[in-house]
Amino acid sequence: MSAAAVKLPRSPGRRAALLFFRTPSGVVGLLLVLLVVGCALLAAFISPYDPVRYLPADRMQGPSLSHLLGTDLYGRDLLSRIIYGSRISLSVSVLSVSLALALGGLLGALAGYYLGWVDTLIMRLTDILLAFPAILLAIALLAFLGGGFWNLTLAIAVAFTAPFARVVRAAVLRSRDTMFVEASLSLGATDRRLLWRHVLPNSLGPVLVEVTLRLAYAILGEAALSFLGLGTQPPAPAWGQMIADGRPFLETNAWISVAPGLAIMLTVLGFNLLGDALRDALDPRLGR
Amino acid sequence: MSAGWLVRRVLMALLAAFGVGVLVFALLRLIPGDVVTQLIGLEGNVSAAQQAEMRRLFGLDQPIWMQFLSWFSGLVRGDFGISLRTDRPVFQDLLLRFPVTLELTGLALIFAVLVGLPLGILAALRRGQAADLISSSFVLIGLAAPEFWLAILMILLFSLKLGWFPPNGYVSPTESLTGNLKSLFLPALALSFGLAAATTRIVRASLLDVLSQDYIRTARAKGLSGGAVVVKHALRNALIPVITVIGLQVGSLLGGAVIIEQLFGLPGVGRFALEGINLRDYPVVQGAVLWIAVSYVLVNVVVDVLYGVIDARVTYS
Repeated sequence: MSAAAVKLPRSPGRRAALLFFRTPSGVVGLLLVLLVVGCALLAAFISPYDPVRYLPADRMQGPSLSHLLGTDLYGRDLLSRIIYGSRISLSVSVLSVSLALALGGLLGALAGYYLGWVDTLIMRLTDILLAFPAILLAIALLAFLGGGFWNLTLAIAVAFTAPFARVVRAAVLRSRDTMFVEASLSLGATDRRLLWRHVLPNSLGPVLVEVTLRLAYAILGEAALSFLGLGTQPPAPAWGQMIADGRPFLETNAWISVAPGLAIMLTVLGFNLLGDALRDALDPRLGR
Repeated sequence: MSAGWLVRRVLMALLAAFGVGVLVFALLRLIPGDVVTQLIGLEGNVSAAQQAEMRRLFGLDQPIWMQFLSWFSGLVRGDFGISLRTDRPVFQDLLLRFPVTLELTGLALIFAVLVGLPLGILAALRRGQAADLISSSFVLIGLAAPEFWLAILMILLFSLKLGWFPPNGYVSPTESLTGNLKSLFLPALALSFGLAAATTRIVRASLLDVLSQDYIRTARAKGLSGGAVVVKHALRNALIPVITVIGLQVGSLLGGAVIIEQLFGLPGVGRFALEGINLRDYPVVQGAVLWIAVSYVLVNVVVDVLYGVIDARVTYS
């Protein structure tokens, strides 16, 4: 390892990339994520059937050559529904994590940069949000707001805002204490320049890791909320909803519930492996 | 651990609990329209006079700070309002249902430790061998698979195929203790998966870290057997980060319990909340959400205090 470490590039980005691609599990994670993203983007081209069209003649079939994963109560092709379901899962999770990052990131950056009463106020606010288990906070919001795509996205985003605020605050605190920030400050840099040019870019690593792992949580959260019937409404092929749909038919056709669960598991596994490998690759203490 | 720290920690928890109360109160104002228009949508035609009467009943004719004060002072007295559907006090039902949630999450915690601890130790001692591979596959699956899906797989295997456990329903311990444990076994096992995986991972990592320390080499060099080194020296020191991770995550069992209770038809607080959502019984939803959130805050305080007791090196200034 030490012999190889000498050859590592000096650029932090390239060093991280090199370390990342040496981690087999990280590459597997990346491939899984790319597979799901590919399914979501190309759903219209690769799905063998229409995901919401009823085909009563084909109902409740097991896996076969014409329906690779079988069909549900209404004869809808499960593979096609799973492929289209990736669109719901990914769009809800990407949108909610982006929203939580924007909101939580802003709060965390303000708290970590200005400290003092701003910090105290923001941290006490996050304490309140963190006083709920994340899934319960989302359930509570949806109970009063009502379900549907946008409310679902908003509920998950609110539940994830506080963790992002914490991570960004910690990252900002770490980089504001560095020599280069001090040097820049002594050269007369403005607050805005310091924040955007020095503090935030150096906080990117931990935030990127948090985003990747949060995407995994968001996918699990979306699935759980759809399972409870609080997410997008039928006939939209949300994975969690599909698992709930198959529940009464476990003895006749278990695939209806089993297959979408596999899709959730592989997607979450992808983001988890990717996030773990990124964390290791971006850790400046390793591979020097 | 000083008394001052303890007081401050409890004060912060009280502040968070108060904030939770404000948030749960505010939730009712998120409803599109207001409570009354929502409820009328369910009931059909209601005269304007009856609507005004309903608004008065909800206190909606009062200014908002008055509404909050009367709601909050009610909470402190144990008055969580009356269910709109059953006319029963919400507090009474919460007291009745909380033991089920407590038993479910308690069992899940026990399962998680019973699985995670030995599996993590085995993986660390047989690093790179088959046992390690099996344990890391378990970790990857446990952290990635939705627990409600794992629960369905377990129902499929253990209830429908093998007939060992009932697929749903709850038996009270006063009725039959074995029946009670049987009815909670699968739900608790499903709920424990995520925590068991996280525990396995941290036990393995922590034990491997400790085993590479100098004092372990010394213990081996002075002729202690492998087992004695692991049990007497390594494990004790490896357990501190394990307790941290379990402590951080044990509260999240309360969130997972909501889904598991619903799936298995267990009459706990989480299912109470979901029933309230389906019937638009808003006082029930508010009461149940508040109850779970405050329990969550309480669990986290207890974990923090326990942590201070267990690890003598931790001093809270």
